[in-house]
Amino acid sequence: MAESLSILVIDDNAIRASIIEAGLREAGHTSVRVITDIEDVARRIGEIAPDVVIIDLENPNRDVLEHFFALSRTIKRPIAMFVDKSDPAEIEAAVDAGVSAYVVDGLRKDRIKPILDMAIVRFRAFSRLQGELEAARSELQGRKVIDKAKGILMSSRGLSEDAAYTLLRTTAMNQNRKIVEIAQAVVTAAELLGP
Amino acid sequence: MGLTQISAGYVPLLDSAVLLATEEFGFAESEGLHLNLVRETSWANIRDRVAIGHLDVAHMLGPMPLSANLGLTPLDAAVIAPMALGLGGAAMTMSNAVWAKMAEAGAPEDGAPGPVGAALRKVVEDRVRTGEPRLRLAVVHPESAHNYALRYWLAASGINPDQDVDIVIVPPPLQADALAAKRTDGFCVGEPFGSVAVARGIGRIVTTKGQIWQMSPDKVLGTRLQWAERFPEQLAALLRAATRAARWCEDPANHAALSAMLAREDRLGIDADLILRTLSGRLQFEAGVEKSMPDFFVPYSRAANFPWVSHALWFYSQMVRWGQAAHTQENAQKAASSYRPDLYRAALSGMGMPVPGASSKIEGALTEPTQVGALGGRLTLGPDGFFDGTDFDPDKLDAYIAAQAK
Repeated sequence: MAESLSILVIDDNAIRASIIEAGLREAGHTSVRVITDIEDVARRIGEIAPDVVIIDLENPNRDVLEHFFALSRTIKRPIAMFVDKSDPAEIEAAVDAGVSAYVVDGLRKDRIKPILDMAIVRFRAFSRLQGELEAARSELQGRKVIDKAKGILMSSRGLSEDAAYTLLRTTAMNQNRKIVEIAQAVVTAAELLGP
Repeated sequence: MGLTQISAGYVPLLDSAVLLATEEFGFAESEGLHLNLVRETSWANIRDRVAIGHLDVAHMLGPMPLSANLGLTPLDAAVIAPMALGLGGAAMTMSNAVWAKMAEAGAPEDGAPGPVGAALRKVVEDRVRTGEPRLRLAVVHPESAHNYALRYWLAASGINPDQDVDIVIVPPPLQADALAAKRTDGFCVGEPFGSVAVARGIGRIVTTKGQIWQMSPDKVLGTRLQWAERFPEQLAALLRAATRAARWCEDPANHAALSAMLAREDRLGIDADLILRTLSGRLQFEAGVEKSMPDFFVPYSRAANFPWVSHALWFYSQMVRWGQAAHTQENAQKAASSYRPDLYRAALSGMGMPVPGASSKIEGALTEPTQVGALGGRLTLGPDGFFDGTDFDPDKLDAYIAAQAK
């Protein structure tokens, strides 16, 4: 294996950063640093001397970071943006996934590509995971609303739990709406009319 | 018939108003367009997403199309500015501590850049004498109207921007925080962020970009050349819609509605009253003291939407001046063709809105508002002077660059 690359991950989402870091370590990279605060980057970029910098696209400090690189160009090793201007598909995949990378000039493409590929895959997996979490959270929320609506119907109309649910479901079907919407309407109405 | 979808990126700043209003107040729809507005957190994102085609058009720093065409950006995609999004709109803010020293050194309260700059020079010299660190002044991007205005003002005041102060980059919404945390001593940035610092009691506006260079360009509507060539009718429709929106934005009767929209959490997320003040030119250099500057931000009149080639070339002259680009005839040509007044003129023809017939002007030639003949009516231009009385004649670019290299 060639001499190990120094890789810097800048991400203010600590969980995502650790997922990227773990991926890099699994791939055999031992010199990986994670920074969440841009002020640290200013202080430490000289000491870290990264060959590759990975940063999330939503980070407002990309312009700051690029300026550091521009300044260091005259005194240190130049850092270019992205892997290779001649590989627009790779760049597009990266931007799509929400990640950007900067690499030291002259680094061979075959050494960088696996790193960026890994980052892209993990960034995508992370946003999928976030999407699933969001969905699960809203489903849980929905179930709570339905339970509450059932409770209201049971006490106000004297229905059994099954009958209350059936009433919600048939109303939803008749109105071509979701059960959770009907349940929310029941809860809201009860709050408005309530004691 | 469905509307034609156009994705449009912006950074949350006062001068994103025209682009946002184009969609929010129905101007896009009346041209058969729907703008999918995308808020971005950095100029780097705007640049990259336009270059790879995620965004069709964007609210862009005026020099950004030049950067793309001069090869200063990571992706090789030709970018053009077929329209400008207003004039002025930026202020120079200093920390209270630095302002106190400047006031002691004789800085006037009206923001006159000459005497304010002279006072700043004394402060800078004092710091050298007492061994204090250099002032850290922030801008939002190295290739921005703000960086060039700041540097122009400093240099004309006898302060070397590369040696006597440190110019750093801070994203616009974080400027006030950086000033509060004493990570910076001042900043030159688009509104409302100077006013935000004043309202928070952490800084004072000492001058404005429009005092350094009257009616100076700032942001443009940028797009890939490839997109403009592939969808010329969509682009023309967008330019018409955005120009109508700009006219609407300038009308004081609409300022309250515009401020309320800009204030929304998903837009700028800043207090509507504060935005309203900057829109209507009622600036507070210090908290509570209102100052009337009717031309502080000009979204429409004075040909504010016309992408003057002389503006592009002035930005280019400053890129050369500060070592960002080498001056060659080829580069000057690339810079000039980054702004496309021809596309703007063609799109606006026959609309009854006056458009300049010339594509370039001598910047600094007009000392007061001046009526000029234009296509489709008469037009008032200027004043467009630099505070130090120097002109920029785009036909004498070489001489201008040579004089500034001294």
